[in-house]
Amino acid sequence: MSALAPDPRFVSQAPGPGQRSPFLRRLAHASEPWLYSAPALILIVAVMLVPLVLGISYAFRDVRLLNPFSGGYVGLQHFHELARDKAFWGALKNTLWWTGASVFLQFFLGLFLALLLDKPFYGRGIAQALCFLPWAVPSFLSGLNWAWLFNPVVGPLPHWMVSLGLMSQPENILSDPTLAMWGPIIANVWWGIPFFAITLLAALQSIPRDLYEAAAIDGAGGVQRFFSITLPFLAPTIAITVLLRTVWISNFADLIVVMTSGGPANRTQIVASYIFTQAFKKLDFGYASAVALVLLVLLLAYSMLIVLLRQSLLKKG
Amino acid sequence: MRRKRLLPTALHRLAILAYIAFALFPLYWLLKVSVTPNDLLYSEGVRLWPSHMTLDHFAFVLKHSDFPRFFQNSLIVSGSTAAIVTALASTSGYALSRFEFRAKYLIVALMLLTQMFPLVMLVAPIFKMLTPLKLTNSLAGLTLVYVAFNVPFATFLMQSFFDGIPKDLEEAAMIDGATRFKAFRQIILPLTLPGIAATLGFVFTAAWSELLFSLMLISGNQSATFPVGLLSFVSKFSVDFGQMMAAGVLALIPACLFFLLIQRYLVQGLTAGAVKG
Amino acid sequence: MASIGISGVRKSYAQFPVLHGVDLEIADGEFVVLVGPSGCGKSTLLRMIAGLEDITEGDISIAGTRVNDLDPKDRDIAMVFQSYALYPHMNVAGNMSYSLRLRRTAKDKIAGIVTAAARKLGLDPLMERRPRALSGGQRQRVAMGRAIVRQPKAFLFDEPLSNLDARLREQMRGEIKKLHQDLGATSIYVTHDQIEAMTLADRIVAMNAGLIQQVGTPLELYDRPANLFVAGFIGSPGMNVLTGRYEGQTADIARLVLDHGPAIPLGRAYPLTDGTPVSLGIRPEHLELSPAGGAGLAARIELVEPTGFGTILHLVTPGTSSIALKGFTLDRAAAGASREVSLGFPPERLHLFVEEKRVEPAS
Repeated sequence: MSALAPDPRFVSQAPGPGQRSPFLRRLAHASEPWLYSAPALILIVAVMLVPLVLGISYAFRDVRLLNPFSGGYVGLQHFHELARDKAFWGALKNTLWWTGASVFLQFFLGLFLALLLDKPFYGRGIAQALCFLPWAVPSFLSGLNWAWLFNPVVGPLPHWMVSLGLMSQPENILSDPTLAMWGPIIANVWWGIPFFAITLLAALQSIPRDLYEAAAIDGAGGVQRFFSITLPFLAPTIAITVLLRTVWISNFADLIVVMTSGGPANRTQIVASYIFTQAFKKLDFGYASAVALVLLVLLLAYSMLIVLLRQSLLKKG
Repeated sequence: MRRKRLLPTALHRLAILAYIAFALFPLYWLLKVSVTPNDLLYSEGVRLWPSHMTLDHFAFVLKHSDFPRFFQNSLIVSGSTAAIVTALASTSGYALSRFEFRAKYLIVALMLLTQMFPLVMLVAPIFKMLTPLKLTNSLAGLTLVYVAFNVPFATFLMQSFFDGIPKDLEEAAMIDGATRFKAFRQIILPLTLPGIAATLGFVFTAAWSELLFSLMLISGNQSATFPVGLLSFVSKFSVDFGQMMAAGVLALIPACLFFLLIQRYLVQGLTAGAVKG
Repeated sequence: MASIGISGVRKSYAQFPVLHGVDLEIADGEFVVLVGPSGCGKSTLLRMIAGLEDITEGDISIAGTRVNDLDPKDRDIAMVFQSYALYPHMNVAGNMSYSLRLRRTAKDKIAGIVTAAARKLGLDPLMERRPRALSGGQRQRVAMGRAIVRQPKAFLFDEPLSNLDARLREQMRGEIKKLHQDLGATSIYVTHDQIEAMTLADRIVAMNAGLIQQVGTPLELYDRPANLFVAGFIGSPGMNVLTGRYEGQTADIARLVLDHGPAIPLGRAYPLTDGTPVSLGIRPEHLELSPAGGAGLAARIELVEPTGFGTILHLVTPGTSSIALKGFTLDRAAAGASREVSLGFPPERLHLFVEEKRVEPAS
């Protein structure tokens, strides 16, 4: 029976309301999830995937906004340039440093904060809200805010460091090539601790309380309970959030663009902010895209690791 | 027993107070400088509160600068982004929550991918794409970009809210005589209102904070958003600290309002992007 | 009201079969209970009738019309869910009238129907409440009310009582039965609780592993289970099953030789050859207890479980290859732990199964 021919069993009876041929019904049925997800998907494809592919093609072309004659293919020329570009290699090193220090400090301080907030105490609700408030501060504002705090004219930090004997006279660490990277890192840590604290707190509170009671009855002390119950339960959350956050932070250029624009002398330039500078200040879209492609490949390799891990965790759970 | 517990308890409260001080100090300083008269700013140095306060900086920023317009632009962009994203994400999140179809894992993978790759690499191609469409230097263009960027995360977030609503309910509605879409609209959506509010809050905050794409896509004061306006102000008049910080305090207001709104859902929101999918 | 026909219905989820061909005719006004352990496919079958699951193969018809390709909303059936599935954002009146509002019934008519249904279920004082503010039993009643306002062709119940406590369950069971007597509506009721099945059903459909095992009235299933599965599933405590070999071709010598022990006289001949491996079933309440030394099987009472109404006895036969049996007696005096007894097997109470299937005595 052809799918389009009316079903004889059907026609012989008076068709009720909404009765459609099996083929149409099946089509409507199969297309239903697509109707719900299509608008979102179309946007994602048009505004993210297409530019992504376009961006990859720019990496092999000479695309400079101010040069109307640009646009031709240049093959691997950008990558040859890249290999000799000291600023790029510096940025790569800075990215590792920026990401490593930020994630490390955000994670451990976030874990500490989560443990502090885990047990009920008087005023926990308000304490929690205040502790998480930095997360709500727009990133550009937290960048500016910290830049001002480091500024000896309006900020207290340089003066305090002098009083503590850490500095001989009040100077802005953001203009000191050896120390400048600490500025954005501190701002990032301040801004990002709540993310880890919230995620870890959620995981902590999903640990069944009777496990602790059972362990206490079995004679485990506080430290033993932490290592034998808390840590194993947190491990999957820790693994996934740390891995994902690493990718996110290595792409996170806002604070650096706002606080130092990569300076002084490219000492705080990370790859993401370098891409932005190339595109925004030099308007050299081709070269910016080549740098971006390298970053993408590096992150892709790293992300494969996460996908594998996520799958093995999903299988377990 | 009680005495043994006293010391750890005191240390615990102290640690929390110390962290709160660390968390609030930068914001406190922002507020402090914004109400410090210019002459005291230099003479009083690192005093914790100025000997007298002024609202002159706020008055200047509100009356004689472009900040009200930046504020309004940001409000338009973030508000419409939040509304559109939430509408789109509620249907796509529903699809991910309720349907089993073959391409579902492909869609999830695509959406996870968009959370992974460096968005900064889209700065150049998006600029090139929007130029011929006359969507650069336009709030509509910026909104379009923000909507696309925020849809994947919002979809996961809405999915997690839909997952919390029993399937039985729309099945009961369908048996009662509703089509699936009617059941979605009349039964499921009203029950997801808290989730919708949370998604609105998250997306608004994200759009309000976005910097790099608005720097790239917007030039000139006419359609500058708050971050762009504030940064150009900083680079032009970098000595008017009082005014800059007054503007900063203003930028903080909507963010804090939305923080209050979504505070209860922070956990769900932050884990939706990371673990769900 | 309508009849329901199910013919050759199969269901698989991505190559994984759940129902292996189900045929069933349900008469107009009949109360049919689908019973079986979890995972037997009974809920899937119900959801296929409702239109919530696709039919992989076969046909389902309601009132003579094939409904395979109809959406749930067009099948004109009502369903009571295990979770009740009350709309949390509507009050009781809103929940009950939703289906009528969807059909654009006139307002005064809706009010009349809903009020009548509410009165029938004793819900009148609760009409303005939200489901959250109701007790379990009240929610259950609202779910029933939502089903009856429409006068649908059939009622489907998916384990509607399993979220209630024992006392309330018993009460609601009675109310459902009374409602069915009043309305006379065709009903299909899914449960894993054999007591609910026995007490409610006109006919029981016992299911296991995606297949119908037996269809019949409750007492048919109890008295003459078609196979070992039904024998074990219906009745509490469950039927005792002994294995052995059949011997003897006439009534006076027919007996079951237990695998490692004595023989039990069957009192009737069965159409079986000597040496056929058989299972012998006897319900605990049918085991006859007499003082030790009698003609029956010697056993010792190892444990007693008083239920108040009667006493469940855990029995073991002596020797190395002892058999465990359960007995049930109303005689409290007879039920003393570690007492030696003799067990009698009344022939008319015995069930013989060969390869799981029931065998009737030769007439």
